[in-house]
Amino acid sequence: MTGRQEGIRSAARRQGRLRRLWALSTGRFGLIVVAVVALTALLSLFWTPFDPAHVDIDARWLPPGWPHLLGTDAAGRDILSLIIAGARTTVFVAVSSGVIATVIGIALAALGALTARWLRETVAVLVDILIAFPVLLVAMMLAAIWGGSLWVVVWSVGIGFGVSIARVTRPELRRVLHTEFVLAGRASGLTPAQNLRRHLLPNVAPVFFVQLSWAMAIAVLAEAGLSYLGLGAAVTDPSWGLLLKDLQQYLTVHPVAVLWPGLAITLTVLGLNLLGDGLREATDPTLARRRGRARSARTHQPELTA
Amino acid sequence: MIRYALTRLVLLLVGLVVASALIFLTLRVLPGDVAQLIAGTNSTPQQIATYREQLGLDRPLPLQYLDWIGGLAHGDLGRSLLTGTPVVDELTQKAQVTLPLGIMSLVIALLVALPFGVLSAMWRGRGAGTGLSVGAQAVAAVPVVWAGMMLVVVFAVWLGWLPAQGFPRAGWQQPVLALRALILPALTIGVVEGATLMRFVRSATLQAVGEDYVRTAAAKGLTRTQALIRHGLPSVGLSVVTVLGLQVAGIVVGAVVVEQLFSLPGIGRMLVSDVFARDLPKVQGELLVLTGFVLIVGFAVDLVHRAIDPRQREAG
Amino acid sequence: MSLQVRDLTVDIDGRRVVDGVSFDVPDGARMGLIGESGSGKSLTALAVLGLLPDGAEAGGSVRWDGRELVGMPDRELATLRGDEIGIVFQEPRTALNPIRTIGRQIGEAVRIHEHATRREAAERAVAEAARVHLPDPDRIVARYPHQLSGGQRQRAAIAMALACRPRLLIADEPTTALDVTIQAEVLELLRSLVSDAGMSLVFITHDLAVLSQIATHGVVLEHGRVVESAPVSTLLSAPASPVTQGLLRDATATLWHPAAPGGGDAG
Repeated sequence: MTGRQEGIRSAARRQGRLRRLWALSTGRFGLIVVAVVALTALLSLFWTPFDPAHVDIDARWLPPGWPHLLGTDAAGRDILSLIIAGARTTVFVAVSSGVIATVIGIALAALGALTARWLRETVAVLVDILIAFPVLLVAMMLAAIWGGSLWVVVWSVGIGFGVSIARVTRPELRRVLHTEFVLAGRASGLTPAQNLRRHLLPNVAPVFFVQLSWAMAIAVLAEAGLSYLGLGAAVTDPSWGLLLKDLQQYLTVHPVAVLWPGLAITLTVLGLNLLGDGLREATDPTLARRRGRARSARTHQPELTA
Repeated sequence: MIRYALTRLVLLLVGLVVASALIFLTLRVLPGDVAQLIAGTNSTPQQIATYREQLGLDRPLPLQYLDWIGGLAHGDLGRSLLTGTPVVDELTQKAQVTLPLGIMSLVIALLVALPFGVLSAMWRGRGAGTGLSVGAQAVAAVPVVWAGMMLVVVFAVWLGWLPAQGFPRAGWQQPVLALRALILPALTIGVVEGATLMRFVRSATLQAVGEDYVRTAAAKGLTRTQALIRHGLPSVGLSVVTVLGLQVAGIVVGAVVVEQLFSLPGIGRMLVSDVFARDLPKVQGELLVLTGFVLIVGFAVDLVHRAIDPRQREAG
Repeated sequence: MSLQVRDLTVDIDGRRVVDGVSFDVPDGARMGLIGESGSGKSLTALAVLGLLPDGAEAGGSVRWDGRELVGMPDRELATLRGDEIGIVFQEPRTALNPIRTIGRQIGEAVRIHEHATRREAAERAVAEAARVHLPDPDRIVARYPHQLSGGQRQRAAIAMALACRPRLLIADEPTTALDVTIQAEVLELLRSLVSDAGMSLVFITHDLAVLSQIATHGVVLEHGRVVESAPVSTLLSAPASPVTQGLLRDATATLWHPAAPGGGDAG
């Protein structure tokens, strides 16, 4: 079969997977939520109903209505605009930690699967030990040195989940490395790079993307928690976590305002989690859904940070 | 079994060493000149040198590390840079709040996850089962902070049953007040962690439902529900033990945030303020204790799991 | 006590996988359900006992001793299971609970139906283990399934199924997952137990050779339908349907030697 024909076949397979993902209620919800958040973040670069930093003491604590659809906070800032702008920070954190987690995860997985035996074993043990470090504690460690910032959040989640991704991807990589069609590929003269692209990646990719979705969900939660603690977003950045912190002081008198940033965070995390779940269902051919038999819980549960 | 225990013990020790080394390296090496950092930008070289000597930073790195570890063996984790109080003293005092908080959270998490997880699996395909499953997903996505805030609004502001903040100054000498102060925080962590755990219990139960030996049990004369409960659930319990380590990590992390929200004088809140104050020796000690705790719990859980499962008991 | 199956159907997620199967099992008869994999034989057996997997629904009629089993509440069906109708499954590796001793699992049937105490059940378990010729019965009851060989596990499963002396035994491919050398032993064990107790037997398999050694009448299934129903001797000598002919070819190709009509030796 020529490379081109194979390329067409795998493209068709990818389309089939996307369609399956959409057909699943989890996948659909996840895709929609993620799209909405991403678009909101994009939108906020150009327009928000009000300037989120605009302070207007006379207009403080307005209830939801017109023109402040979600009301205002203690300084008279429009809450809806804060939420919209906050999506920027969320997307930034999710994507950046995703990228870092990807790089670290693949590097560790590759080291742990493709190299000499002693290195493989060392990496495996190292990964198992590093897993025990809760992401939040890593973040505190970094914040203690460099002070709190979004980069601290991004790097701690990136490292923490990079290790997590490596832990799950490495055995997949090793398993696939030893399957017959990979060996056949090598025998038939494919270069290692071609072999990687054609055989390894399509098999390892699904597991990897599932983990990545969950990692991004954790990133959002971590940003919320760390910003709330004052170790994440700077005071001038729009952040849902920071908003929670600001609104907390007045919780007893103005309880409703807290609802909005909390809902925003929850929906985003839910969307990312469901996207991961949907990806897992859509791409795993071994899951026998329709025979009344149980689905096995393959990958581990993501740890929960603040 | 003995051999397994010894292997895991070695791994635990290695883990602790690696963890301590990482913490040490990060907090001593990365900041660059720690003495300067602490002394501040307007300090004289004299002051910096004094700090350096005080902290033992003029000694070679490996020796510094060994000093620290050696101190550990004597129960000395160093002293606070700001107040000079021994780290261990503060830790033991704050643990009075954090430890009970953690235990209560874990119990609540289990109480939530086990029954609801099993039910949502047994009712799969029906409205109730799907509802439970979706509910779990939603609650697991809630940031712990926000959950705490909502609970405060409902139980402290609207109903006035429980305090919104604080811990009695007399501590556990006023046990009722202390407990009341911990209920909302523990509920916060417990419910959110419970939701995460519940998803796991559900999938473990679904797996048990499909197991052949559950079917065999029903074939002997049990109803299908009885067969699931008597034969399927013990293996679900076994699986839960496996993830207990992860849960504990989540609870530790949740405690940090919750103590801040509820103004509880625990280890978590202390850690946050120490990070802000750049009190590096304290942060070092606290992180080591917390990480070590997670590692040790993981070790204990592994042993328990191994001991309970007869399949693995004689495997050495 | 007899089993009458009329127009049994099984639907899984809307797809009909057993489509109008009918057969009778008179008292003391030894009958075989035979067909290729996927022909619906196992599902038929599971439907009788109300043990179909989630998402599967049974229709039609199954009468045991005059009582209608299809649609019977699970609690009533449970009183029949193990006590009047027993079943042995194909895969001994997964059919036994890995974290319980086999003595306790054998004894469980007795405790359910005869309300025995734990000690009585334990003693019965030893007796049943001896009955299925498990070695060292009083020691083996303290073992866990993973400590037994495949053949021993299947014997334990048989002991569990027969502990309360059911009138009918359903055996779903009980020897298929075993080593060839053990198959004959387990088959012989089943045959002697069934004939000694005067039980009826429904033996499910895909192998005509195996069937010929234990059953007298055979019902051939294909795609969930009965394509032929005849005495085993007829199936072996003059198979009417192409399915049976195919099965006969497969059987001849492996062990069975057509030297003696009406049941030869296995290999």
